[in-house]
Amino acid sequence: MTAPAQEQPTRSWWKEHSELGVSALLGAVGVLVLVNTVLETGGGTSSSDPLGPHAVPLLVGGLLVLLSVLLTIDVLRGGKGEAEAGDDIDLAHPADKRTVGLLAGVVLATAVLIPWIGWPIAGAGLFWGATYALGSRHIPRDPLIAAAVSLVTWIVFDALLGVDLPGGPLMSLFGGS
Amino acid sequence: MDTLTNLLDGFGHALTPGNLLFAAIGVLLGTAIGVLPGIGPAMALALLLPVTYAFDPTGAFIMFAGIYFGGMFGGSTTSILLNTPGESAAVVAAIEGNPMARSGRGPQALAAAAIGHFVGGLVGTILLVILAPVVAALAVNIGAPDYFAVMVLAFIAVTSVLGSSRVRGFASLAIGLAIGLVGLDPLTGSQRLTFGIPQLADGIDVVIVAVGIFAVGEALWVAAHLRREAQQVIPVGQPWLGRADLARTWKPWLRGPLIGFPFGAIPAGGAEIPTFLSYVLERRLSKHPQEFGTGAIEGVAGPESASSSSAAGTLTAMLTIGLPTTATAAVMLAAFQQFGIQPGPLLFQRESQLVWTLVASMFIGLVLLLVLNLPLAPVWAKLLQIPRPYLYAGILFFASIGAYAVSGQPIDLVVLLVIGAIGFGMRRYGLPVLPAVLGVILGPDAELQLRRALQIADGDPLTLVSTPFAITVYVVMLAVLVVPTVRALRARRAPQPTDVDDSKEPLSR
Repeated sequence: MTAPAQEQPTRSWWKEHSELGVSALLGAVGVLVLVNTVLETGGGTSSSDPLGPHAVPLLVGGLLVLLSVLLTIDVLRGGKGEAEAGDDIDLAHPADKRTVGLLAGVVLATAVLIPWIGWPIAGAGLFWGATYALGSRHIPRDPLIAAAVSLVTWIVFDALLGVDLPGGPLMSLFGGS
Repeated sequence: MDTLTNLLDGFGHALTPGNLLFAAIGVLLGTAIGVLPGIGPAMALALLLPVTYAFDPTGAFIMFAGIYFGGMFGGSTTSILLNTPGESAAVVAAIEGNPMARSGRGPQALAAAAIGHFVGGLVGTILLVILAPVVAALAVNIGAPDYFAVMVLAFIAVTSVLGSSRVRGFASLAIGLAIGLVGLDPLTGSQRLTFGIPQLADGIDVVIVAVGIFAVGEALWVAAHLRREAQQVIPVGQPWLGRADLARTWKPWLRGPLIGFPFGAIPAGGAEIPTFLSYVLERRLSKHPQEFGTGAIEGVAGPESASSSSAAGTLTAMLTIGLPTTATAAVMLAAFQQFGIQPGPLLFQRESQLVWTLVASMFIGLVLLLVLNLPLAPVWAKLLQIPRPYLYAGILFFASIGAYAVSGQPIDLVVLLVIGAIGFGMRRYGLPVLPAVLGVILGPDAELQLRRALQIADGDPLTLVSTPFAITVYVVMLAVLVVPTVRALRARRAPQPTDVDDSKEPLSR
């Protein structure tokens, strides 16, 4: 790290070693598990339960902290997790954060909207939103497919499989539930 | 023979219209999923978990087995015609199958693969019929310490064998175990990691974890790196094999299961290792070694037969001792838990009818798959033309509806997204996903067995190694842990004593 330029190298060092974030996260979760177990988990050992409710969480928490340390050492020594390859995956270009963010937003919006507009409409929005985020721009086709998929799934789940999904205002017009 | 009566009985139940329908749905779905890139059988089963509540257990498992085998059949079609495997088990099929398709021998490659899967699945299922009752009878007296040992073995084996880095494997396992802790402790009722949030008291549903990690995590990961230009699918006619090709393929078909079945039954990563071993073996035994690399039919026939028989081996281990050795089996185990059925030796006594109907359905499913895949392979190949936005939007859609269906609460979608984000991060940083899912599914059970064992023994920790079975399992565990380490150390010492690079070695192996 004795590069001449001042800002660029430090930045790229962190980028190179972004996996340290995984170690940090592991450590944080480990500490959280340990603290929560010691401070907030009630109950104790008894003759009928010699181990009690604390032992395993303490073990898991300790394991997480230990692995956080080991992973940090591994990353600093140059170890690197291999990003997963796949059929539709092209690792040559960098991660497309916008698409991922849009997809996450679409799912969150669906969670908020379900109680208001029911599954058939919220689901159609979810499907169309996701195709849009993934780069499809066929205007009559995309929303029509989304609506069809959502409506058919709702009918199959609600009527055939007996899984209760809210139909929303549109469906109550037809006298459904 | 008792087994034979049971099996015939199973056929009687499997041939009812309802169960035949489940088998047909299973193999159709399975083939489609196998052909489609991006969806594997584990994800498909996870997406189906929420609706299996609506089925009876027998039907659900018949469908699941159909999907598992169907995924193997369909995966090789994609491998051969697209050169990117539709399934991780079908990676090897691309090595010889794709060059064959390029040089106009696509029909022969597809036929060698489909018949290979059929033969492999058939031999594997026959082995299951013969071996499962024996193993179950041997294991029938196993108690809490033994169950605990088997579960720990599953954790250790899956984390040590899969992936290139053990630290990352164990990190993934620990994350899964931590997620599994959330909720009320089943023995004392104390709240663990619930942070006073009432919805967390029931724990995080396995369905949401499986769907989040397998489906949402995968969809987000692919979305981030979606291939920009479409790949070329090689057009192909109906599969068939000539006499000369048959003479070259029948031996590899029969050799495949000998490798596939045992590897499927042990926690060694499912079909990937046996298919590769079978490929190496066929190359060595072939009379046409010069053709390997440019389209040797033996290199398709052997590995494909090995992959389907490994699925049968996996099911044997899962049904007889409750040990899931692949991601798909792990999700099946979650389904068993949902129905309140404990797979393992007692399954053959308590749920005899379910098991034998399932096994009989596997034979029926294999025949259906051969009929579906041999003449119809070109039709299935059309699925490869589905625009990717629809495919991945569909995965997200079904993941969301499934997570919501679990308890009808919108907050579950947020939990789903958070777990999907964890799945994304795991794929980004090379943490294998299977240990995490296994941790969530088996972790709570393992804790329960551990505490039950100590409860029976009044807290004496030696009870954990008090049975020959448990001791054997711990010895195997030790071997799994120690052998690769020793090998890594030796490899480090042997070739170059003045190794400059050796600072990298110790942890990443």
